[in-house]
Amino acid sequence: MSVNEKTWKPKIVAFCCNWCSYAGADLAGSGRLAYPAEIKIIRVPCSCRVNPMFILRAFERGADGVIICGCHPGDCHYTSGNYYARRRMTMLFSMLDFLGIERGRTRVEWVSAAEGQKFANTMNEFAKTITELGENRKLGDLRCK
Amino acid sequence: MIANELKKRALELLADGTVKRVLGWQKGEFEHDWSPALFETAEEMKGFVYGKYAGANLSKYCLKLNKEEGKTLVMLKPCDTYSFNQLLHEHRLNRENFYIIGVGCKGMEDQNGLLMKCTCCKGKVFELSDEVIDDEESRQPMPEVDRFEQVAKLEQMTHQERFEFWRNELSRCIRCNACRNVCPACTCVKCVFDNPGSGIASKANVTDFEENMFHIIRAYHVAGRCTDCGECSRVCPQNIPLHLLNRKFIKDMNELYGEYQAGEGAEERTPMTSYTLEDVEPGIVHERGNE
Ligand code: SF4
Ligand code: SF4
Ligand code: FES
Repeated sequence: MSVNEKTWKPKIVAFCCNWCSYAGADLAGSGRLAYPAEIKIIRVPCSCRVNPMFILRAFERGADGVIICGCHPGDCHYTSGNYYARRRMTMLFSMLDFLGIERGRTRVEWVSAAEGQKFANTMNEFAKTITELGENRKLGDLRCK
Repeated sequence: MIANELKKRALELLADGTVKRVLGWQKGEFEHDWSPALFETAEEMKGFVYGKYAGANLSKYCLKLNKEEGKTLVMLKPCDTYSFNQLLHEHRLNRENFYIIGVGCKGMEDQNGLLMKCTCCKGKVFELSDEVIDDEESRQPMPEVDRFEQVAKLEQMTHQERFEFWRNELSRCIRCNACRNVCPACTCVKCVFDNPGSGIASKANVTDFEENMFHIIRAYHVAGRCTDCGECSRVCPQNIPLHLLNRKFIKDMNELYGEYQAGEGAEERTPMTSYTLEDVEPGIVHERGNE
């Protein structure tokens, strides 16, 4: 499949925690704030539910960028989940960087239920970064494309 | 000779019933390859060897023996005691099931000379033991080196160079799982890579994605628990420098969350099972080092 530079749109997976960011996305929706349709939201109970394998799997199946959203540090519904997630994601991103995967394909952002605007802005920004980075070729399974 | 003393002591402990079996080394397939072995009688102990080729870390073999009746005598070199200690911290072993002899080590070798893990020796301190059998020479520290040198060198490369370096290394992997099986930190009863639902169980890597994933996840799972014993790289038939992945995690954790050596001292929470309110944001990794 040849990729047309002009029409190519990235595939982006957003893991959103149920209690804050998913509600934030809802708010963005009900507030009619636009964010790219390429962003597919996967709802998780808490940002710490995101197993590093989920992120790798997303890349395998053709994602070009993965973003993890959770409650602001200190606000996690389960008290400390996002603190663990913060360390885990730092380590994972660092390893991807070490293996030579382009920077910016992964991101963590804290979005509360009241921050519909922040959600939309973050997603627009992230989609822009990924569009600039282009297709993910380094960490994908060609058979899944 | 440490070997003779060890054998003598093991035979004594077997004879007086303190231990039921002895976990040590015996000659293997090759001259340079001595394998872990279990001895239950004085007769079997004839095959016991100890010396410069006894590089294998016996800690992992204790997992199975932990369930056996009676005590096991296990011989641990200084660095092996870190692995054993870490397994105690994780409640995978019961201390009272083992009689530990700390054995002096002058640096282990294989056909290519000094083992990688011995070139960056952790020192000659035994984290735990019931008794120690060593000699003057084995107490001498090994030369000090910076074990993160190679990791730092890779960090200085560009993304593309790093990518090519790792593609070259990881694409040689034949997924024999030796690195996982030998790792004293990889002790899951059911490993993700043996889970039939995972799509990656008991099969060779098909794409470069799978090669990457196996190694990222394997290293990730042992992050914070890896004592840097170097066994993964030692056993890899394809000579893949797996220790660099583990060391990258260790280096990062040291830099971001404070110095930590798994398996050292008393039980405490590892960097990956603890947090502070002031931890850095994950975005930091995209700002450090070379683009
Ligand atoms: S020991 Fe080497 S070849 Fe075998 S699975 Fe591990 S990295 Fe791959
Ligand atoms: S690779 Fe992961 S799941 Fe498998 S044994 Fe090691 S730590 Fe456990
Ligand atoms: S519940 Fe939102 S991050 Fe834990």
